Amino acid sequence: MGKFLKVGVATIVVALAAVAAAYAAVGRSTASDTLVYAASSDPSLLDPALVSDGESIRVARQVFEGLVGAKLGGTQIVPDLATSWSVSKNHLIWKFQLRKGVKFSDGTPFNAAAVCFNFTRWYHFPAPLQNASLSYYWNTVFQGFANPASGNPGPDKSLYRGCKARGQYSVSLILTRPSSSFLAAIGTPMFGIASPTALKKYQADAGTVDATGVFHPTGTFATQHPIGTGPYMVQSWTVGSKLVLVRNPNYWGPKAKLARLIFVPIGDASARLQALQSGEIQGFDNVDPTQFGQITGKFKLYKRPPFTVGYIGINQSFPPMDKLQVRQAIAYAINKGPVVKAFYGGVGTVANQFLPPSLFGHAKTGVPSYAYDPNKSKQLLQQAGLKLPVKVDFWYPTSISRPYMPNPTNNFQAFAADLNKAGFQVVPHSGPWRPDYRAGVQHGNYQLFLFGWIDDFADPANFLNVHFGSETPQFGFKNPSLFNLLAKADAETDPEARTALYQQASVQVMKFLPVIPYVWAGFGIAFDSNVKGFIPSPAGTVGETFATVYYG
Amino acid sequence: MLRFVVRRLLLLVPILLGLSILVFAWIHALPGSPAESLLGEHATPQAVAQIRHEYGLDRPIYVQYWRYLDTTVHGNLGTSIATTRTVTYEIGHRFPATVELALAAILLAVFVGVPLGFLAAKRYATWFDNASLIASLIGISIPIFFLGLILKYIFAVKLHWLPSVGRESILAVRPHPTNFYVIDSIVEGDPGALWDTIRHLVLPAIALGSIPLAIVTRITRAAVLDVQNEDYVRTARAKGLSPLVVDRRHVLRNALLPVSTIIGLQTGLLLSGAVLTETIFSWPGVGSWLKEAIFNRDYPVLQGGILFLAVVFVVVNLIVDLSYAIINPRIRLS
Repeated sequence: MGKFLKVGVATIVVALAAVAAAYAAVGRSTASDTLVYAASSDPSLLDPALVSDGESIRVARQVFEGLVGAKLGGTQIVPDLATSWSVSKNHLIWKFQLRKGVKFSDGTPFNAAAVCFNFTRWYHFPAPLQNASLSYYWNTVFQGFANPASGNPGPDKSLYRGCKARGQYSVSLILTRPSSSFLAAIGTPMFGIASPTALKKYQADAGTVDATGVFHPTGTFATQHPIGTGPYMVQSWTVGSKLVLVRNPNYWGPKAKLARLIFVPIGDASARLQALQSGEIQGFDNVDPTQFGQITGKFKLYKRPPFTVGYIGINQSFPPMDKLQVRQAIAYAINKGPVVKAFYGGVGTVANQFLPPSLFGHAKTGVPSYAYDPNKSKQLLQQAGLKLPVKVDFWYPTSISRPYMPNPTNNFQAFAADLNKAGFQVVPHSGPWRPDYRAGVQHGNYQLFLFGWIDDFADPANFLNVHFGSETPQFGFKNPSLFNLLAKADAETDPEARTALYQQASVQVMKFLPVIPYVWAGFGIAFDSNVKGFIPSPAGTVGETFATVYYG
Repeated sequence: MLRFVVRRLLLLVPILLGLSILVFAWIHALPGSPAESLLGEHATPQAVAQIRHEYGLDRPIYVQYWRYLDTTVHGNLGTSIATTRTVTYEIGHRFPATVELALAAILLAVFVGVPLGFLAAKRYATWFDNASLIASLIGISIPIFFLGLILKYIFAVKLHWLPSVGRESILAVRPHPTNFYVIDSIVEGDPGALWDTIRHLVLPAIALGSIPLAIVTRITRAAVLDVQNEDYVRTARAKGLSPLVVDRRHVLRNALLPVSTIIGLQTGLLLSGAVLTETIFSWPGVGSWLKEAIFNRDYPVLQGGILFLAVVFVVVNLIVDLSYAIINPRIRLS
């Protein structure tokens, strides 16, 4: 008996000793030349042409560079691997002068042939890689393949016609129709130029399709050897554990300040925060607005400028939403300010139009104001010949948190109360975000719904043309003058004229009211306070480099 | 004994076939499709249709089931739609993590729970007994996620004694031939790595082991209270055996029978993946993997992963049954 007691006491003593020794052994898990950064998951692949998720794009941004890029911390298009560019009179041929003396991290030269090799590769993707989930950005921006698989868009749909090297350091990209938004698109890491030698050596396009239809790269380009010209290069990747990047010693520009970057996948938001607080990591992304208050003192919260929009979508195929006065009544009924103030942790701004202010094309004047006025809503409904209250089916998603609606239920409750006060009678409906709700919105099943948008790349076309450039089931309207204006704006190559056209479109959208935008929301990103030099981008991971980061 | 083992193994075939039908039917009854999950925010109906076609999701359900069964029998559990890695690869990497964590939790439950329960019974109705009762009630009733967060807050965030995420230090670069980090570090003869691995195991093992620990304590206490009043114990004492020998040979050995059943069942459960613990501690095991798969409607992972775990559960229970014969020779397996 006494022996058991002794064993128990001994166990406790040993445990305490172990903890004490552990305490002595625990140092901060960092070295002064290394940054450990938590992602919410592993990248899917390391080949930028085959990814569309933020975690993969963050890594691609450090390893690859495009012909053009976005200004750090902004959206303005600036030179990157091309030093200058011009467009032909018919707006179909874009000529780029390339930077000299640049080498890929495998030591091979960057030149016009390498650029054309990449564009030709993308355009000639074999059938498995044409899958919209793999080459999402080529599908979205260039819209066609040279040898389309059954059901895929072909050269007749393609924006891309060809690429021509003119000597070592000049290259022309030839389009089938005028487009200006493509320039911002190719400035993203997803159109980063990869080493042709590495693409061939590590068989970037080789792969099989298994019984379940999934593409498996048999080469190692997308898993171990992604070779670009960027300030970092991949050293190793252990799935589920960590991805290690090291400084590219041959980088053409200012060298990365830290020798090593380690990305670790930590799926749980509170686990990421506690790992930062315990010193195991030095930074993490996608900070939940409810955590903002805890990131103080030894930790610093960077708030990315808003580059998303949250809106109440209106489907005009459901009467009486086809009446402008009804849509205006909704706009006057919504009290945006209190919602944005209460639910966005200080990273939300009340929206008066669809485009966020940091993007060109945002209209500074002429935007109709719909200040909160429930009485005006009632008047408008009566003018529309409707009997009050007007019944509306209002949908909101569950099981989701997006930057533009951290808690959709909160937004819904506030807006539903506003509408009920303004002559409407809300019939509430909800559905789980994935996949029911989103599919319902996109298939045009909902009369009134909460939704939003996160940009793919910094161009107004990615906001306005995507939503209002053509007839869609989601919004159920046909407005040829708006469609034409947006098509004209996308084709315009003169930056000033283009900005003016998009400003005009922004005003038109707010007059026509296919949606009621109510918030432009930013993201939060947290760092240990001794981490300096990080420049948050409104475009998120697409525009953020770690090459400028250091300890200070 | 051999006949028993063979019979139990043969029984696995109809069990697994039934399970495969159940899992397949259940997953396909879930709302939504993986195509929409896979394509994400910007999915167009055309793209969704294309993915459905490519993945065979538009074929008749029996064709899909037959294809699933055929590939599974050939050792191919499919490929994760979300990660494009094979399910067997993921299991090979993740199951060792789950096993290591589950064993650590069970060891904690056994080596702390059995002595605690035994002492509580021996000190029946004293303050020690009452304290153990209250502690085990707390252990059973406290939610794991809450306990995990509190443990992390105290020992990782505030005291910096122990790490809060992962299986080893982030900066460590070590080979992991078996993916059992404890074994790997022993095989490599690296005491630093072993220590690092154990430190990472401590908090998740406490969080995960809290419920089994409380159960084992309670069951041990009850069993010891039962057994110590049996005639054979009284006889042993009357024969003049020392109390220590009586406790060890007669009381504890007999009391451990129900405890071993509970330990077996708990081990099976823990090996099935500790979703909450693995999520909170970012432990790359089977539980957190399946949780992600549910969110992503990752059919191959759910089908392959759940089938694999079902096999594990059945095998663990077989081992538990066999272990009875070793602990208690009176039980004859036939």
